[in-house]
Amino acid sequence: MANRVAIVGVGQTHHTGRRLDVTGVELINEAVQRALEDAQLTRDDIDGVVIGNMDHFEGINGVECWSILGNGGLNKPTIKLTTGGTTGSTLAMGGYHMTASGYFEKLLVIGWEKNSESDTTGAITTAFDPIWDRPVFAGAVSGLAAEARFYMNKFGVTEKDAARAAVRDRKHGANNPYAHMRKEVSLEQVMRSPMLADPIKAYDMCPRTDGACALIYAAEGAAEKICKTPAWIHTVTNRHLYSYLSDTEWYPLVSLQEAAKEAYSNLGVKEPLKEFDVMELYTPYSMANLSWIEALGLAKQGEGARLIEDGATEMNGVLPINPSGGVISTNPIGATGLIRAGECALQIMGRAGARQVQGAKKALSTGFGGCMWSDLLIYGADKPN
Amino acid sequence: MAQISPTKRKNRPLTLSSGDAFQPFRYSVGRFGSKFLVALRDEKKFLAVKCGECSRVYSPPHPLCGPCYKKMDQWLEVGPLGTLTTFTILRFQFIDPETGQKKPVPYGYGFIKLDGSDTNFQHFVSLESGEDLHIGMRVRPVFEETRTGDIRDIRHFEPVPGD
Ligand SMILES: [Zn+2]
Repeated sequence: MANRVAIVGVGQTHHTGRRLDVTGVELINEAVQRALEDAQLTRDDIDGVVIGNMDHFEGINGVECWSILGNGGLNKPTIKLTTGGTTGSTLAMGGYHMTASGYFEKLLVIGWEKNSESDTTGAITTAFDPIWDRPVFAGAVSGLAAEARFYMNKFGVTEKDAARAAVRDRKHGANNPYAHMRKEVSLEQVMRSPMLADPIKAYDMCPRTDGACALIYAAEGAAEKICKTPAWIHTVTNRHLYSYLSDTEWYPLVSLQEAAKEAYSNLGVKEPLKEFDVMELYTPYSMANLSWIEALGLAKQGEGARLIEDGATEMNGVLPINPSGGVISTNPIGATGLIRAGECALQIMGRAGARQVQGAKKALSTGFGGCMWSDLLIYGADKPN
Repeated sequence: MAQISPTKRKNRPLTLSSGDAFQPFRYSVGRFGSKFLVALRDEKKFLAVKCGECSRVYSPPHPLCGPCYKKMDQWLEVGPLGTLTTFTILRFQFIDPETGQKKPVPYGYGFIKLDGSDTNFQHFVSLESGEDLHIGMRVRPVFEETRTGDIRDIRHFEPVPGD
């Protein structure tokens, strides 16, 4: 049987659009130092390192080697995980698997990206099939816009419905000292922001961010000694779908629906809206906050908008979603999914500062990317069964 | 050639930039994909392949049906007319990794269910007619004069007039 595993340390950079003052290696090190400090550990305590980014974005394809000075892996087992948009959540899951395996007791898990160093949309496009997809695809925005258009048409959802989710995430982001975008916006400002790809406007969409996140995982026995309130990982699930864009089913997000079904079944979750205290979702644009929460079973099909409009997902709502500001506020791609995990851990540890959901005991994070791939992790203040 | 960009401010940290560097490539299309692209190039025909297990029709074709994980070999012809499943209009500029140049905007980008196919062929959708794009719209392909065996032998799809 797998060992129980908890997150016991969280470190992240102050995310921003362009960090000219540091190299990628130095950026990684900032997050690592903060995670070690948070757990009150040193590099010597760590048994291994897992690191990930979309390395071809920066054009450096051996990140585990190149960043060794900053990542803390010198003369330790060090591996890389890279899975597109899900890179950060794959790191969160892979770190769990490695620690649960019993081969590593204390593991350092790092995600990062320096999006300012290349053209993000061009770089994302090169992650797709060179014969069939690349010649006509225009990166994440084009695919997500097609998804949004399909969802709006199917259920009569409006751009304004989506804009409310952007207002919520940006309001939350203003409350997070680590967030990249820290400005509240009004519904009108979202609606009037420049159109990127119909129906997605600038304020509906995530930014390109320079940032890094590092988490420390520990197995049962070590975890309780390091941290008074470890964030125990209760289950991890994931689903990968097609590899060609032509095979996409535009609704529902089947990968997330299936990952959630398995996770809820593993833990006996019946009413996720009531049973979770907080969620940090990899929702890279506003409309995903409507349609993808339907895949998570938080609302019936086509009714996600109502949950947002009713304020149910705000800080004082029944289920606060994205207290950190979410992906719309901060998006260093290889770190993005791992930040979701780190934010859930901070919530359970009670260390989320001004964005703390009082008494948070059960949390859920997701990752999204690749070709509509989804990762899902559930955390609790109590040890898993 | 790589070069260090000059900065006016002495204290500003430096960057190292690619300049006009490009990365050459030569990808194998494979026998399967080549069959599709040759028919497109020489006959302006859309080939598809059908799964013997679940009967799903794929265009463009892949050798394997993902859900059934079975090899497919039943070829048939689909299209050339199709229906717009979903679409967007790209309005922001980005560097096209195929050319290293900024793509001119705006342009239409859509997913098209070719008649007889179960998948969605993605391509550009012309905005030239001035007609508003909408889901369910009937579209037809416009081919390039000179075709080379590339998905871009189709210039774009355009609304079927009077439909
Ligand atoms: Zn099949």
